[in-house]
Amino acid sequence: MSLWSRISNVFRGECLNRDIEEEFEAHVAEAVEQGRDPEEARRALGAAIRQRQESHDVRVIGWLDSLRADLVFGWRQLKRNKVTSAAAILSLALAIGACTSAFRLIDALLLRPLPVKHPERLYVLSRYGMGFDNKPGEWDSWAYPCFQLMRAAAKDEAELIAVSYVSRTDITYKTDNEIEKANVQYVSGWLFPTYGIEPALGRLFTENDDLKPGAAPYAVLSYDYWTRRFGRDPHVIGRTLHVDDRVYGGVFEIIGVSEKKFTGTEPGTLVDIFVPTMMHNGVTRNDWTWFRTLAVVSPGVAIEPLRAKLEAVSHAFEAQRLSGETGLSQETLKNVLANQVRMEPAPTGASGMQQEYSHALAALAVLVLMVLLIACANVANLMTAQAAARAREMALRVSIGAGRWRLVQMVLVESILLACLAAASGALFAWWSAPFVVSMINPPDNPARVILPADWRVLGFGIALTLIVVLLFGLLPALRASSVKPVSILKGGDDPHSRQRMMHGMIALQVAFCFLVLFVAGLFVTTFERLSNKSTGFSTERILLLETTSRPAQSSLYWDQVADHLRSVPGVERVSQASWALLKGVGWNDSISVNGGPPSVDLAYFLSVSPGFLETMRIPLLAGRDFREGDLYPNAAIVNETFARKFLNDANPVGRAFVKASDDGSRERMQVIGVMRDAYYRGLREPMLPVIFTPIHNMNKNGEMHPLKSDTFIVRTASANPMALASMLRQDVAKARSGFHVSNVRTQLELNQSQTIRERLLATLAFFFGAVALLLAGVGLYGVLNYSVQQREREIGIRMALGARIGDVARRVTAGIAFAVIVGTIAGLALGMASVRYVESLLYEVKATDANVLAVPCLTILLAVVIAAVPAVLRALRIDPVAMLRVE
Amino acid sequence: MPKTDSLQGSLDLLVLKILSRRPRLHGYAIMSAIGEMSADVLRAEEGSLYPALHRMEEAGWIRAEWVTKDNGRRARVYELTAAGKRQLVAEESRWVTVTSAVNRILRTV
Repeated sequence: MSLWSRISNVFRGECLNRDIEEEFEAHVAEAVEQGRDPEEARRALGAAIRQRQESHDVRVIGWLDSLRADLVFGWRQLKRNKVTSAAAILSLALAIGACTSAFRLIDALLLRPLPVKHPERLYVLSRYGMGFDNKPGEWDSWAYPCFQLMRAAAKDEAELIAVSYVSRTDITYKTDNEIEKANVQYVSGWLFPTYGIEPALGRLFTENDDLKPGAAPYAVLSYDYWTRRFGRDPHVIGRTLHVDDRVYGGVFEIIGVSEKKFTGTEPGTLVDIFVPTMMHNGVTRNDWTWFRTLAVVSPGVAIEPLRAKLEAVSHAFEAQRLSGETGLSQETLKNVLANQVRMEPAPTGASGMQQEYSHALAALAVLVLMVLLIACANVANLMTAQAAARAREMALRVSIGAGRWRLVQMVLVESILLACLAAASGALFAWWSAPFVVSMINPPDNPARVILPADWRVLGFGIALTLIVVLLFGLLPALRASSVKPVSILKGGDDPHSRQRMMHGMIALQVAFCFLVLFVAGLFVTTFERLSNKSTGFSTERILLLETTSRPAQSSLYWDQVADHLRSVPGVERVSQASWALLKGVGWNDSISVNGGPPSVDLAYFLSVSPGFLETMRIPLLAGRDFREGDLYPNAAIVNETFARKFLNDANPVGRAFVKASDDGSRERMQVIGVMRDAYYRGLREPMLPVIFTPIHNMNKNGEMHPLKSDTFIVRTASANPMALASMLRQDVAKARSGFHVSNVRTQLELNQSQTIRERLLATLAFFFGAVALLLAGVGLYGVLNYSVQQREREIGIRMALGARIGDVARRVTAGIAFAVIVGTIAGLALGMASVRYVESLLYEVKATDANVLAVPCLTILLAVVIAAVPAVLRALRIDPVAMLRVE
Repeated sequence: MPKTDSLQGSLDLLVLKILSRRPRLHGYAIMSAIGEMSADVLRAEEGSLYPALHRMEEAGWIRAEWVTKDNGRRARVYELTAAGKRQLVAEESRWVTVTSAVNRILRTV
């Protein structure tokens, strides 16, 4: 009974007191009955209050009771200062929420181990060195024959698993008329047993499903896809689906659904459909690299010898493969063969999203942390100012015997209360904002989907963060409050300067971090601006792209007929064709040789287009002519300025010829018929590439028109919003000729914008946090200035009475703060300069030393300081010396 | 109040002993019983009796209950618990040890 009753007594304080009271009354009544004098009996019982206190104390747990009292008191304090409390809670909530949100993203993408057996034994293989384009790089894609050799070599020490890149693929169920997209991944059959993944329904692949090319047309659905697409229909087993791309046969039978927890090995992309690697028609090609190689290393195996063994196999394979290669320069061959194999731990899986966003997320995390520190400094200052206002109360408590620790506890409890309220609202913010940020990463066609669980990892982080926050902002004010000297306070004055020194220090800190956040935000915003305002060399205006497939592949003549049909649609201005749209992010490159020379070290980039493509895209022709009907691949070519400069020495390129070396060893001679203005081909961030446009009509060796499987219709519409025509054109393509399907419609503008998704994300979030940081720092400044004026009202009044001028008063009020701001700015500048190299890889054509990159944060902070300072200065100037002196 | 402190050890013992003989007494009755049984030599102060009662209650040696007496007044009566009985034995033997030790000193000097 004892402990529990003492705990429960804490929460029934009033009731307990009544009990005690009643017992005492009964006692007195009894005494009177026994003939004692009521007065005397009451006196004998002692001072009722003290009695009650003593009895109360033994019946409750002391610390818990005082905690309860402090909570009630703290709550009243928070309610009393509604505005400051709300400001404190809001700023902390924002900061805590942003931190938790950042943690959720980073955890989901980069930290959380895959839900497989022994993720710590998982490695990913890659090669690094010089590429075929003679630029240094790292590649994690492999050719299947090489993979088989490596797997055999590592047999006893590790299990090698092939997982293709997840690709958004056109698939159909039953009828060919409804094409939909799904994330398809080719995986080694032994992936599921090796990872210890169980089926949720049916069965999963085994090694037997992955032995012979094209032998096992089976598909396993992911739990997520099964839920989304089929509503967990158990009858999905046995259904067939048609995957068009790169597949033997193309018809797959669904045999099972994988466990819920396993969503693939690529964080950021959820797999919908798994198929065995042997169903990919690249498994026999030694020149196609299309999957990642993951290794599950057996316990106790040393990594380095294993890596060396795999490297030897890879080397031998490449040397053999390239031995007959004539289309590459000797230098390129030597460089490529010098590539080394790397084996990196990959407990969290491997994905392009990780590579692309790890840096950006780290930078954002640091920004968010800065905002948190600013918020903490801010609230610490608020608490200090409040504590100052309560100095008398504290002094009184000390003088009637409250212990120091008791006061620390009292102030800390208030801080904890504040932090808990902030953490709760922060949790709401994080719950909303993390998926929101992921949705910002989404390219329109290929949504990024990150599983963002709110489990013990996130909860633990939140609690730890809240505790740290309490210590950061609550401890110092608590210790200061407890160290009041009752005598000096009750006499009416203490040393306000020490308290102000601390507050000024906090301001300097806030300004430094604020500067840093603004500075980095400025770098990101400028990067985004430079990239998105960059001239691409072509027009995006009113351009609609219809990515179209035909089943079976059809002659380019039929493709022309479909294009003609589209031209007759009202609202369509021009229609052209290209293998793919510019800036789609894909490319086709080869070495070329000029004047019978050796293959070039630099690669040229190709794109097949129809006549009129240049005009549709508004790429100016500088010399020569555009393609005409009748121009065929490989005899005619239009090159860009960079190509002319790099390969043809700029001297009148029209009429010159060059030879392109193909994969199969054949050499194709092409003649330049025109020169076009430079336009970006694959990506905005890379330098201008040497580009060759070739005719879309492709004549093969036997003199037949080569059939095309996919193509993009580039439509310039009359209306300003090209998407308005999308659904109509989609139907028109299908109507124009059977077998043609539009698999994807987007605008060129979308494509251009998808080049800068990461930059936009960084710029938007950094701008947001910069604004928050500025606001917090401004509020902090205002609070401190206001407090210092309040503290010095008397002094200022006396000075004014003695004839101080307005400027003098303003200077006195702001001098300390101005100094803090200057110190903070300088520190922030130093921090910014030091941190720039960590974000360099995220920047584009921006330098930390650019005048405007430095000027913007400086001016912004200056402006904020001025705005924050004006009310305090006005308040100081409005002090009426006469009234002040009268009070004295 | 040094008197309270010095009495405390024996006050617990006296209360426990009295309650073991006469269960279900209220505070005033316990106080009177101490006076009565010690022939008015010992007297428990109200100021220390009630905190002691509440402390012992929290310790689980005694338990309390509100009862309505014949005259209609409510009273809080106390009785020993099992733990209280054990405590009484322990306190008694401690008391005997201490007093006999003190007596020995008094005799030798």
